[in-house]
Amino acid sequence: MAVQDPTVNYADAFAAANAAKRWKKYLPERIIKAILFVCAIASIFTTVGIVSVLIFEAALFFQEVTLWEFLTNTKWTPLFASKNFGILPLVTATLLTSIGAMCVALPLGLMSAIYLSEYSPDVVRQIVKPILEILAGIPTVVYGYFALLFITPILRAISDDISVFNGLSASLVMGIMILPMVSSLSEDAMRSVPRSLREGAYALGATKLEVSTRVVIPAALSGIVAAFILATSRAIGETMIVTIAAGQNPNFTFNPFVPIETMTAYIVQVSLGDTPTGTLEFKTIFAVGLSLFVITLAMNLLSQFIVRRFREVYE
Amino acid sequence: MAQTLRDQFDRRMDRRRLYGHIFHALCLISIFIGLGMLAVLLIDIFLDGWRRVNWEFLTSFPSRKPEQAGILAALFGSIYVIGLAGALAFTFGVAAAIYLEEYAARNWLAKVIQINIGNLAGVPSIVYGILGLEIFVRYLALGKSVLAGSFTLALLVLPIVIIASEEAIRAVPPSIREGGYALGATRWQTIWRLVLPQAFPGILTGVILAVSRAIGETAPLIVMGALTFVPFTPDGPMSRFTVLPIQIFNWVSRPQEGFHEAAAAGIIILLVVLLSMNALAVLLRNRFQRRLEG
Repeated sequence: MAVQDPTVNYADAFAAANAAKRWKKYLPERIIKAILFVCAIASIFTTVGIVSVLIFEAALFFQEVTLWEFLTNTKWTPLFASKNFGILPLVTATLLTSIGAMCVALPLGLMSAIYLSEYSPDVVRQIVKPILEILAGIPTVVYGYFALLFITPILRAISDDISVFNGLSASLVMGIMILPMVSSLSEDAMRSVPRSLREGAYALGATKLEVSTRVVIPAALSGIVAAFILATSRAIGETMIVTIAAGQNPNFTFNPFVPIETMTAYIVQVSLGDTPTGTLEFKTIFAVGLSLFVITLAMNLLSQFIVRRFREVYE
Repeated sequence: MAQTLRDQFDRRMDRRRLYGHIFHALCLISIFIGLGMLAVLLIDIFLDGWRRVNWEFLTSFPSRKPEQAGILAALFGSIYVIGLAGALAFTFGVAAAIYLEEYAARNWLAKVIQINIGNLAGVPSIVYGILGLEIFVRYLALGKSVLAGSFTLALLVLPIVIIASEEAIRAVPPSIREGGYALGATRWQTIWRLVLPQAFPGILTGVILAVSRAIGETAPLIVMGALTFVPFTPDGPMSRFTVLPIQIFNWVSRPQEGFHEAAAAGIIILLVVLLSMNALAVLLRNRFQRRLEG
């Protein structure tokens, strides 16, 4: 039997040894946790990076061009001898192509979603849905090719007024591009409407059309609207289709038959050209980029707000 | 009186049924238009380009003569950039997802990170190009290199990887973790040996989707300063480069028919790679879902 030394506090020593052991065991845990935390926080730095780069460089731009001129001048000719810095032509072009795209994608996407959610047999849905998802991965440069070399010649055969580069062709193809996204997201929203609601309506003698349009769509409306806003924001930020098919002429017009230049197409044009960095001409891309970022961010936030605020929660 | 009410009802019912049929037909037509246009797109491109898809096309550098132009430089550029970007996005994305799902307290910081990731997924890709140009090319002085391009694309697809990995990790039932803890495993041991293997198919699906998105991205790399005419393959991470979509864009924007044919051939190669990757991801996910449900 060991004799205990009365001058040593055994309980404390034991606790200390234990703590050291625990510390050793959990040290790697803490290091790992710290590393993972840094990775998670990296996304915040990305946002900070985007915002600060855009604001810093755009601020340099706005030292030389007033915000008032930027927002109200109807001419955009920074690369010419007589320079004008009015973003309106780029904005109207962006609006024209995105609204045109939504005119295609909204009705077709919504109707396809209704079909998939309410009418189609399960087999059809199980085949079509993955196909739509796979097709949603087609790169936009491919759609650009299709717009310029397939749709535009057809449009030009129909009407002589249409130029080689025009907003119409780009809008139509962009509508087809965002169609899978619209129908897939809307269908998700419709399918999350509980069956009991549909059954109640059927029990009251409603036809399928009435159930779809008066029960399912109103119940899923927040999700559908959010899908549309997300799709519009995607269309606004879309680059390659409009760069390839809509042209590089900043015309202040809503005429879909003539060449125009969207905000994204302008950024590409400057990047491909030999404009020296640091010049006022080059800084324009940050001002345009900032405008684009603000518009799409506002739309994404709006879409999230609608889902949060207006979602009907059942059960 | 009863008879006329009955008649009225029948007439209305017929009309309601008729509207129903018309609506059904319209819905069917819209889905056919949507799928049909996409089919036309694929067929058109195949018909335009299949003659050029051969070994010579894959192993030639771009040329001023359309019939000699090939995609060797673009192919290698894409492989280098995407390989690096995919590895980066995988590492950082999965790590971030583990932290958010397994470690983070449900406090304001976690919420901010979460909202922020959602918003980053909605930022137009061309804005990432501007970010890449300023931060990687200029500020970190990487030049317009493979490395700078990979960083740019990795940031672009990071939200996709994080969101998919989070979902996969969340789908692992808590009982598995509790089992681990009950046996005395530490948190990290539980995650590494129990949670991650379960979540892996879901994570993989997210990574494949992210990589296939990155392969098709054109605009951010153009803005970042990738070249459009490159007669060499990259010889390291600091080399200048081009990628397949940029090469295609370059050919599409030229007036000569021959280059358009080359563009179509390039698109065929791109689509074969992409669509098979997406199909693999969708397949993996469906199997994964069934396993979790079953």
